[in-house]
Amino acid sequence: MALFSTGSSGFRRAQGDLHLEAVTKEFAAFTAVDDLSLTVPRGSFFALLGPSGCGKTTTLRMVAGLEQPTRGRVLIGDTDLTGSRPYERPVNTVFQSYALFPHLTIRDNVAFGPKRRGDADAARSAEDALELVQMSAMAGRKPAQLSGGQQQRVALARALVNRPEVLLLDEPLGALDLKLRRQMQVELKRIQTEVGLTFIHVTHDQEEAMTMADTVAVMNAGRIEQMGHPEELYDLPRTSFVANFVGQSNLGTGRITGADGHDLVVEVAGTTVRIPRDRSAVTSGPIMFGVRPEKVRISTEQPAGAGNDVKATVMDVSFTGVATQFLVTVPSGAVWGVYEQNLDVERNTIRPGDAVWLGWDSGHAFGVEADEASAEEARVAS
Amino acid sequence: MTALAHTAGAGTHAGGPAPGQGRRRGGIAAYLLLLPGALWLVLFFLLPLIQLFAVSLQSGFPGYPGYYYRDVNAGNYLTAITQFAGHFGRSLLYAGLATFFAFVLAYPLAYAMAFKAGRWRNVMMIAVIAPFFTSFILRTIAWRQILADEGPVARVLNTLHLLPGGRITETWVAVVAGLTYNFLPFMVLPIYASLERADPKVIEAGGDLYANGFTTFRTVTLPVSLPGVIAGTLLTFIPAAGDYVNAELLGSDRSTKMVGNVIESQFFRVLGGFPVAAALSFTLMALILAMVFVYVRRFGTEELL
Ligand SMILES: Nc1ncnc2c1ncn2[C@@H]1O[C@H](COP(=O)(O)OP(=O)(O)OP(=O)(O)O)[C@@H](O)[C@H]1O
Ligand SMILES: [Mg+2]
Repeated sequence: MALFSTGSSGFRRAQGDLHLEAVTKEFAAFTAVDDLSLTVPRGSFFALLGPSGCGKTTTLRMVAGLEQPTRGRVLIGDTDLTGSRPYERPVNTVFQSYALFPHLTIRDNVAFGPKRRGDADAARSAEDALELVQMSAMAGRKPAQLSGGQQQRVALARALVNRPEVLLLDEPLGALDLKLRRQMQVELKRIQTEVGLTFIHVTHDQEEAMTMADTVAVMNAGRIEQMGHPEELYDLPRTSFVANFVGQSNLGTGRITGADGHDLVVEVAGTTVRIPRDRSAVTSGPIMFGVRPEKVRISTEQPAGAGNDVKATVMDVSFTGVATQFLVTVPSGAVWGVYEQNLDVERNTIRPGDAVWLGWDSGHAFGVEADEASAEEARVAS
Repeated sequence: MTALAHTAGAGTHAGGPAPGQGRRRGGIAAYLLLLPGALWLVLFFLLPLIQLFAVSLQSGFPGYPGYYYRDVNAGNYLTAITQFAGHFGRSLLYAGLATFFAFVLAYPLAYAMAFKAGRWRNVMMIAVIAPFFTSFILRTIAWRQILADEGPVARVLNTLHLLPGGRITETWVAVVAGLTYNFLPFMVLPIYASLERADPKVIEAGGDLYANGFTTFRTVTLPVSLPGVIAGTLLTFIPAAGDYVNAELLGSDRSTKMVGNVIESQFFRVLGGFPVAAALSFTLMALILAMVFVYVRRFGTEELL
């Protein structure tokens, strides 16, 4: 055990940004996290988004010290935490399975961390933390007497009460109903801004990641596919996986045939479309063209000033109140989605079976590397 | 008694989930399922117990040793308690020591099996259970050889001048060692079961919340496995307190006799000893029940009561 600790075996009072440097975790022959590097600025809200089994929990466990990386380093500020024990790190985890102490009351569960650190006012801190997650009324109960959502909130309080330098949240809202989930999202965000802790929030709910985080990293198969501000990530996906996993995308595989000013000219299943050069991840050869469903206009006449339009057949029309959602078949055989906000006074008259024209502003189009396999994977995962 | 509680639990479960009309039938089914067990207990536990109680109050026919008449003679209990107080004390003391040593040996073993053994787990499990395949008596006699004056253990200790009395057999040490050995599996298995059932994430959470290895063990692992510890100590203490084989085979004739040995000799070797033997049995049962009650109350695990 003492093998790992470097000299002092006590608590490390590390401060600053969290750095993962080329971290790799292998389980026997399987690589769960593959050469991952990232920096999370101190006090920011960072979301790790990805499909099941992509290595999110493993990444968090390496930050917490519950798992040691096979290669690479974990640092907070200038302090290298690689190899140190979990109890030495200023990091706390909200476990995916809650992991509350079954033999302790809710109050004692929350007071556990402060007590271990010699906080004379552990009981007081625990009460405050329970207040924060609205669980004060159940402080005297045992974890087995709580619902899943209540346990999750206690797990949150138990970690938050320590005011760690980095707080790791492994799908902390997974068991909550939608209303409570939204409420807790707002609450979490408020707590994070208020206390200024670094939050690393794992989720596979992309909406949750987008609404809460300053930075979202999309993970796939042990690697980070793309990282950035939520708007940026949505507006300009850099891989087909991200295009499919973050929001929805209408995609078509084609080939770059030339250039026209700042645009690339792309041939997709017999149709010519344009992609701004700086919005494309590739500049020649095969490409995957994409445009978001809400950026596409649907009409019964061919739009004027064409160049970015496709003839399509309507398969399905669903009215959702604020918007109407169309599913259409484009010439390549792919099914595209179109969201139209119901702005017009006249009701929509397009019906399934109608021939329509789709058009969009070429500034919204994006191009990623043509990679059917990963596109398929992402579509299945999302 | 544990067995009774279990059967009842299972029966209720079987009938529980059936909705609406099925519930009534389910309830009857549960009682029907309970019937064989209940009959068995009435026939072979309750009735003999009543009989034993009746015997413990009998008086001997004056002038006809070995003949009794029905009576309410509490004097038997007085004899049992006053004359054999030392044996009671020894029984509880030896059983307590054996329980303690079994716990000290069993916990690390169960811990290793649950968390460290990996693919050796099954091998260790078999090693714990395997002794049951040979007779209890045989194994205890084997211990007599191991601990004998000319045996390896006594000889080594004597060479090192670590054995004040010069021998191990015929001392309390041998009796407690035998008890510890014989009841060890009953301590290992429940502790192992409760550790194995514990969520490893809960133990990890201890480390995550600033508790080092030892503190995590003290504040999380041990309390989480407490139901297993309590079950194990009961399963060891109760039979050990009533045991007579170990004292018989490993102990001396005078200084290490336990209540079990007295009961045995009163029943089989003392003419007219039946009522006192029965009173001894009842007193031992009452003592153990009282101690278990206090113990379980003190460590309050809802799972056991
Ligand atoms: N101890 C282990 N031994 C072997 N493989 C493991 C171990 N822990 C995790 N893995 C594997 O590593 C991969 C990543 O697991 P991880 O728990 O990090 O996924 P995740 O992204 O958190 O998924 P989820 O969203 O389902 O929680 C998985 O394929 C998993 O099977
Ligand atoms: Mg996970």
